[in-house]
Amino acid sequence: MINCKEATQLISQGQERTLTLAERLALKLHFLICAGCRASERQFEFLRAAARRIGSPEP
Amino acid sequence: MTPDEIQAALADMRPQMLRFARLQLRSEAAAEDAVQEALLAAHTSADKFTGASSVKTWVFSILKNKIIDELRRRVREGNVMDFAAAEDEMKDLDDLFDQRGHWAAPPMAWADPEAALDNQQFWVVFEACLDGVPPKHGRIFMMREILGLETEEICKELAISPSNCWVLLHRARLGLRECLTQRWFGEQQ
Repeated sequence: MINCKEATQLISQGQERTLTLAERLALKLHFLICAGCRASERQFEFLRAAARRIGSPEP
Repeated sequence: MTPDEIQAALADMRPQMLRFARLQLRSEAAAEDAVQEALLAAHTSADKFTGASSVKTWVFSILKNKIIDELRRRVREGNVMDFAAAEDEMKDLDDLFDQRGHWAAPPMAWADPEAALDNQQFWVVFEACLDGVPPKHGRIFMMREILGLETEEICKELAISPSNCWVLLHRARLGLRECLTQRWFGEQQ
């Protein structure tokens, strides 16, 4: 079972590369029992969306 | 667009461009130079523009390239922090997890993050957070997400391994989510 530190590492790396099947499975299992990491995943996605908006300012 | 309209549109954009460049270059002079060069390039291609929005998109993409050029130049001249030796700075983030690697204080969901994107004040806080995380984390996050470079490209530019790059991005994201939680979203109980 992976811990939260490892789970957030995988969430972050998932934004950089395709995770392996084993990694995706480990993350899914972890999410089942960890609301904190589920929240982190959404927040990492939000960080990306927000940063991209700075990078391409809307006219 | 007439030359006067383009002139006016570019003048309008200047403060926003300067803020954007300053955030990433950390130098007033370098930011001024990058903006000046981007504006100059825009003047010489004025015939391409069909409206203010196309000017803006175009000028910002030029500006991004100027910023990337400047960051590359700094790396070439060795005028850059040592990204490979980032380990020391990571201790503070270890406070986020206990010895077993579990959250010391598990994150709670943010309230309506989408609404924040339309709030001017949020962007001030977001920039302050980018400024507030350790510089190595902030710089690499901005190269990746604001300038839109691929991880591979960043590794090459900074002469670090992909795994080192991933570690820095992970730290950056943890730091930014912590900062935004504290300074903007609060924790929903």
